[in-house]
Amino acid sequence: MNIDIKQQDGFHLVTLAGEVDANTAPKVHQAIMPLAEPDTKIILDMTEVPYMSSAGLRLLLFLYRQTTANAATLVLVGLSEELIDTMSVTGFLEFFTIRDTLDAGKAAL
Amino acid sequence: MERIDIHPTHEINGRKLRCGQPFPFGAMLVPGGVNFAIYSSHASSCTLVLFNKKEPQPFAEIPFPEAFRIGNVFCMTVFDLDYENLEYGYRMDGPNNFQAGHWFDTSKILLDPYAKIVSGRDVWGVQPDWNDIYQHRGRISFDDFDWQDDRPLDIPLEDMIIYEMHARGFTKDESARIKDSHRGTFAGIRDKISYLQELGVNTIELMPIFEFDEFENSRRHPETGELLLNYWGYSTVNFFAPKAGYAATGKFGMQTDELKTLVKELHKVGIAVILDVVFNHTAEGNERGPTISFRGIDNKTYYMLTPEGYYFNFSGTGNTLNCNNPIVRGMVLDCLRYWTAEFHIDGFRFDLASILGRDPWGFPLANPPLLETLAFDPILARSKLIAEAWDAGGLYQVGSFPNYGRWAEWNGKYRDSVRKFIKGDLGLVGEMAQRIQGSPDLYQAAGRPPSTSINFITAHDGFTLADLVSYNGKHNEANGEHNNDGANDNYSWNCGIEGPTDNIYIQALRHKLMRNAMAILMVSQGVPMILMGDEFGRTQYGNNNTYCHDSPLNWLNWNLLEKEKDWFRFVQYCIAFRHAHPVFRNAEHFQNCDYLGTGYPDISWHGVQAWHADWSATSRVLAFMLCGQHAKGGKVKDNQIYVAMNMHHESLWFNLPEPPLGQAWYVFANTGAKPPEDIHWPGSEPRLDSQSGLLVGDRSLVILLAK
Repeated sequence: MNIDIKQQDGFHLVTLAGEVDANTAPKVHQAIMPLAEPDTKIILDMTEVPYMSSAGLRLLLFLYRQTTANAATLVLVGLSEELIDTMSVTGFLEFFTIRDTLDAGKAAL
Repeated sequence: MERIDIHPTHEINGRKLRCGQPFPFGAMLVPGGVNFAIYSSHASSCTLVLFNKKEPQPFAEIPFPEAFRIGNVFCMTVFDLDYENLEYGYRMDGPNNFQAGHWFDTSKILLDPYAKIVSGRDVWGVQPDWNDIYQHRGRISFDDFDWQDDRPLDIPLEDMIIYEMHARGFTKDESARIKDSHRGTFAGIRDKISYLQELGVNTIELMPIFEFDEFENSRRHPETGELLLNYWGYSTVNFFAPKAGYAATGKFGMQTDELKTLVKELHKVGIAVILDVVFNHTAEGNERGPTISFRGIDNKTYYMLTPEGYYFNFSGTGNTLNCNNPIVRGMVLDCLRYWTAEFHIDGFRFDLASILGRDPWGFPLANPPLLETLAFDPILARSKLIAEAWDAGGLYQVGSFPNYGRWAEWNGKYRDSVRKFIKGDLGLVGEMAQRIQGSPDLYQAAGRPPSTSINFITAHDGFTLADLVSYNGKHNEANGEHNNDGANDNYSWNCGIEGPTDNIYIQALRHKLMRNAMAILMVSQGVPMILMGDEFGRTQYGNNNTYCHDSPLNWLNWNLLEKEKDWFRFVQYCIAFRHAHPVFRNAEHFQNCDYLGTGYPDISWHGVQAWHADWSATSRVLAFMLCGQHAKGGKVKDNQIYVAMNMHHESLWFNLPEPPLGQAWYVFANTGAKPPEDIHWPGSEPRLDSQSGLLVGDRSLVILLAK
């Protein structure tokens, strides 16, 4: 699991590469949580995430709760079709702002 | 200040442990680890066996220290586990003595009866590794679903219209036209919610969805070579886990989230969910069956045993769960509480429920503790409890099921009366009068309301509605038992030719009989239940026991919807009519008198002459009128409704009772008319030409309302 964090103009761009599961989710959690300050904007680019386990989805939900509590904004981009379908079927999808591309994600901030 | 109990106190084989919580049973996430608790009345010792997901060999075996046993419960917290990829089981040591009823065998790895997720059959129909030492593996669930504001719907029972369906069969066929990966799954049902809304049902009843093994007793058909599976699933492996193979996400172990999402989405549009539950036996079969869980953990506690140690077989499937043993009763209660609280399930239909009223030796109890416990439980207080009030051991309790004012019943007598009546049998009008009123002959004396009666004409067991009017006898050769299985008392009629026919007269007659059946069902007091696919003429080609077919024989063919649009429209309008008129949905029995001084009795009986019903043994004719002023005991105002049923093979002129002053009769349905004149959308009924009477065609019925 590779986590890359870049400060762009007005938002944090977090790029994940690798599978997010019970083993890697805590790492992702530790890396992103400090970013969820009040009024910040975060784009999570998951173009390079082939698979996300149940624990991975729960981590996303945790991030969503954290950002919402802090009035921060979270946008997910580049999710695979299968991942979107899994999120839809299991009820996770409705909580998130999701865009296909980074540009669309920026526009959604 | 950090809690101290997140630190281990013991170490065994390099694993960090603490004495656990003996309650609740099962495996539960606790800070830093997982708490395991399992009980056995007769085991001398127990070992926790841990696997990584899908690995053939365990990575750890941890015997419970003596100090970690409280009463008969082994409990232990294990720290630092990768709980998402964990599969767990137990080995139990103790006496092995068939006659004494003990089957302890440390070579077997046993599934926790309280496991919330079970893996091993993750994708339906994929052959498992038969050499695997642990076939059905317990896993740990998160139980953290966000329900938002959802809770069970609490629809009054008398307002329910139930749609009995098979979770896989509903959308498995290509003709469902949904995403391939969703076909045959909970996600697929969700994709079809708008269809259920269009049909108008407000409750679905899912045939068993607890984890079962579709390969149990699977075999090749001796002649056709077709693989026959345990398709219906009336054979539970574990009572707390939804069937992984019914979830599109089962391969990821996310079946609980998928099912909860389905329930939540159904609730959003006002559709309740009832589960068909099977507590009368388990998948372990008789003494030749597999050891999966209960048998190896506490055989003598879980099963009814003969003095020689054999299994009593009141279920017809090899064993009988010992439901009135206090420990097993506790498990059943825990299970239903879990499904109610954790999955927001609205109610339960209990397969062969009469078994639940037998004592450990099989004798029917006057006051069965389990049935009483469920009836009075605070968590189940608003859950619908529906009994299939008979069992395979000869106990038949329709009308006499121990009910505590709470239990409804599948009314098998309703099914048989209506079937005989619509095919023209004589001497049924008296019985039909009872059935239409919600069977007061069965329920009123005991103070049980009309909604006690779950009215159905077809269900998964037996013919579909289209087959009921197309076959005189069952045709179960495809089951590979030489047509010896399945019921013989079908009260069906093929209308002149056995099976499919191009004869348009016979086709028209069959449709007319189906319309009669559906219309009677929807104007009867009680709770109507229809079978999946009957609304567009689903056929099983005369097979009345399709428990073993994972094939188009059982998969709903959605293409029929287009072919049968007239018939579908009839069903849809009948459902809408019932929803529109509370007079069909009374909470109390009729009194057959005018107790409100409206000028009309709450229900009155008629024949070809108004106010003169023919109750004779040769009569095939019955008409009745419901007084709208008496709807729901006079609490709401509804229209006057008149229903004339002519099951005779000749047309008859019916002289009509007067509608209320200043009103006239309007025609909602006439099953003898050609579509689209057979039925009208509620509210747009045309006025009847002659208000004094009408001709009701042969084997037809007419529904009028006054306005």
